[in-house]
Amino acid sequence: MKARHQRFLLITLAVAALVTAGMFVLNAFQSNLVFFFTPTQVFQGEAPKGKAFRVGGMVKEGSLKKDGENVQFVVTDFANEVPVVYKGMLPDLFKEGKGVVTQGKLNQGNQFAASEVLAKHDENYMPPEAQHALDKAGAAKAVQTYKPAN
Amino acid sequence: MIVEVGHFALILAAFVALVQGVLPLAGTMNGHQRWQALARPAAIVQFLLIAFSYGVLTNAAVTDDFSVKYIAAHSNSLLPIQYKVASVWGGHEGSLLMWVLMLSGWTLAVALFSRTLPLAMVARVIAVLGFVSVGFLSFILITSSPFERLLPAPLDGRDLNPLLQDPGLVIHPPMLYMGYVGFSVAFAFAISALLSGRMDAAWARWSRPWTVVAWIFMTIGIALGSWWAYYELGWGGWWFWDPVENASLMPWLFGTALIHALMVTDKRGGFKAWSVLLAIGAFSLCLLGTFLVRSGVLTSVHAFASDPKRGVFILIFLVLVVGISLTLFAWRAPKATLGGKIALVSRESMLLANSVLLVVATGAVLLGTIYPLIIDAMNLGKLSVGAPYFNAVFVPLMVPVIFLMVPGGIAHWRESRGKELGRQMRWPALAAVLAAAAILIFSERGTWLTAMGMALAAWVVVGLLVQIVARLQKPGRIALSFWGMHLAHLGIAVVVVGITLVKGYEIERDVRMGLNDTVSIENYSFELVGLNEVNGPNYKAMRATVNVTKDQKPLEVLYPEKRRYFSTAMPMTEAAIDAGPLRDLYVSLGEAIEGDKPQWSVRVYYKPFVSWLWYGAILMALGGLLAVSDRRYRKSALSAAS
Repeated sequence: MKARHQRFLLITLAVAALVTAGMFVLNAFQSNLVFFFTPTQVFQGEAPKGKAFRVGGMVKEGSLKKDGENVQFVVTDFANEVPVVYKGMLPDLFKEGKGVVTQGKLNQGNQFAASEVLAKHDENYMPPEAQHALDKAGAAKAVQTYKPAN
Repeated sequence: MIVEVGHFALILAAFVALVQGVLPLAGTMNGHQRWQALARPAAIVQFLLIAFSYGVLTNAAVTDDFSVKYIAAHSNSLLPIQYKVASVWGGHEGSLLMWVLMLSGWTLAVALFSRTLPLAMVARVIAVLGFVSVGFLSFILITSSPFERLLPAPLDGRDLNPLLQDPGLVIHPPMLYMGYVGFSVAFAFAISALLSGRMDAAWARWSRPWTVVAWIFMTIGIALGSWWAYYELGWGGWWFWDPVENASLMPWLFGTALIHALMVTDKRGGFKAWSVLLAIGAFSLCLLGTFLVRSGVLTSVHAFASDPKRGVFILIFLVLVVGISLTLFAWRAPKATLGGKIALVSRESMLLANSVLLVVATGAVLLGTIYPLIIDAMNLGKLSVGAPYFNAVFVPLMVPVIFLMVPGGIAHWRESRGKELGRQMRWPALAAVLAAAAILIFSERGTWLTAMGMALAAWVVVGLLVQIVARLQKPGRIALSFWGMHLAHLGIAVVVVGITLVKGYEIERDVRMGLNDTVSIENYSFELVGLNEVNGPNYKAMRATVNVTKDQKPLEVLYPEKRRYFSTAMPMTEAAIDAGPLRDLYVSLGEAIEGDKPQWSVRVYYKPFVSWLWYGAILMALGGLLAVSDRRYRKSALSAAS
């Protein structure tokens, strides 16, 4: 094989490999995007059925029910509510009246079956998605009362 | 008063940095030796000023000076002394001050250990570092001064985030920062080569040890972060594909590619432009990491800033650095001569393939990390990219990289004969097949993924044994860097074993336990025998006593805790781990479950070989250390300079 041919082969191989890798990356990317929805959007049926998504807002006061591992609570943006069921240990900073973001799917009973309740690192921290949900629902007043005093 | 002096020293340092950037560089252009010679003293003065400034802030933390806003926000009088010292880098402003402290430290090291280099080169390198320092110092002074006062001073500080009150935190950020900042030296060498217009191999030789040292720090920093997450976050994960972790992984991947490309540039004169590009890329990714972590666009334990000005500042700085570097590159790189011809099967071609794969992997991680941020910034919605994406793309890209480590090491420079290469790879191939077969045949839970992981590890280990044996048969003293390389590669194999086995065989049980209840995993059983309140220096804790037995024989007593810190009322899970070389037993205490009989939710994990992840990182770092201590670098620096 001449050097020129060899170089041509090398470049072709490299380009083919890069294109394959790129396509494969984009494909995986496409199927793993998880979108965020507010309780109002979920209520209005905008959330996908049968596909995982995130929902966030406040944990409604008095809505937390525990039966051993099984947990139920309600996420609200003060306009609409989404009932959530979850199995497992809740993160340290999970509390009624605090912000939360959960990831999961809607089940048959139109409950949100969470696979993940996102752990937060700081008690004063408000998940931006949850804040976004509240802002969107126009519950500006309610937000004020929940904002931590700095 | 002393606090203001510290602030003033920092302002002075910014001016010194400006001088350090402008004059030596101008000197290299107009040929003034005196101006060039200013680089070293300027670097020393800058370091002293910043070190003083940093000392002032540390002193304020140790002496509980809560009239300093930063100290009031991040420390507390009850905080143990080591965490007071660590609180200096526990927040946004202080951590940036540490960034510039390290930058000036690296610059000082360049100034001190570059006696064998030509003056013009040293002047350029130190000047480039000076400009980087100007950028960061003005960022601190304009948007994030840690010396702001808070009057009247509060009686006590708000305390350091309890998650950060941990020995891991005391060393993780400094290590990582040393790595981040260290890549600025590699960057400065690359830019100097572009500026000089002499794109020969000399700059690559000089920058190799610096790059490896930065890479060592980064490796340790990432491993510490992962270790900290594992035992501190309370649910036993060691890598979350969190944007912050990705921010440190990306420059590491680029740095790894850079180390190998520099070797080719140094030894064969090839890949010159590629090495420069990788050096620019690695440092840009460090800046991007700093931006992601410190700008507040991400929300995590690492994100402190919420002031949008700060994010914009780092972003502009990043755009400037990337823009100027790439323009310079486009202008000067065409002058770079290509090295000798490369055959399809040669060490160069495999190193090239690997560095391209590492760059593609970085690109894939970058996409998943910043895409949600861009979409959010453009108000197109909120979304996230989960761990499945990263696992799906990262693993298949790393498999060929690890595979190529063996033929890449065995193959000759320039051209290798396929037949000979094949013959030498017999043993590694056999080992890989045996390892995979052993998993598939003897292990009930073994999947093809587990089999592939173990096959790769066996392939690498036997591959490096073959190389060592081949080298021992040849005459001549074996260079330290040879052992360094193989030790680092062994580290990769060890990490692969760790990941494969913990992913394949871990057992996680979330259970509820009352007093004297028992849970069994494999042949271990865990009995909850006691629960009591204990008092820490700045927290109260509920501590469980868990007796662990193996085959009915007592093995260990574990004390997982649930802590409540006074200053924040924030609960914290403190896991108890019985660590071992072949498995970790991990118990963490959840919340109390109300009922007629008091019960607690408890996580009990069995994590086989998880510690190998960190052993592997240690081996990689040791390998790097051996490589840089090779005498060749000092000698070759001399010969290249003459």
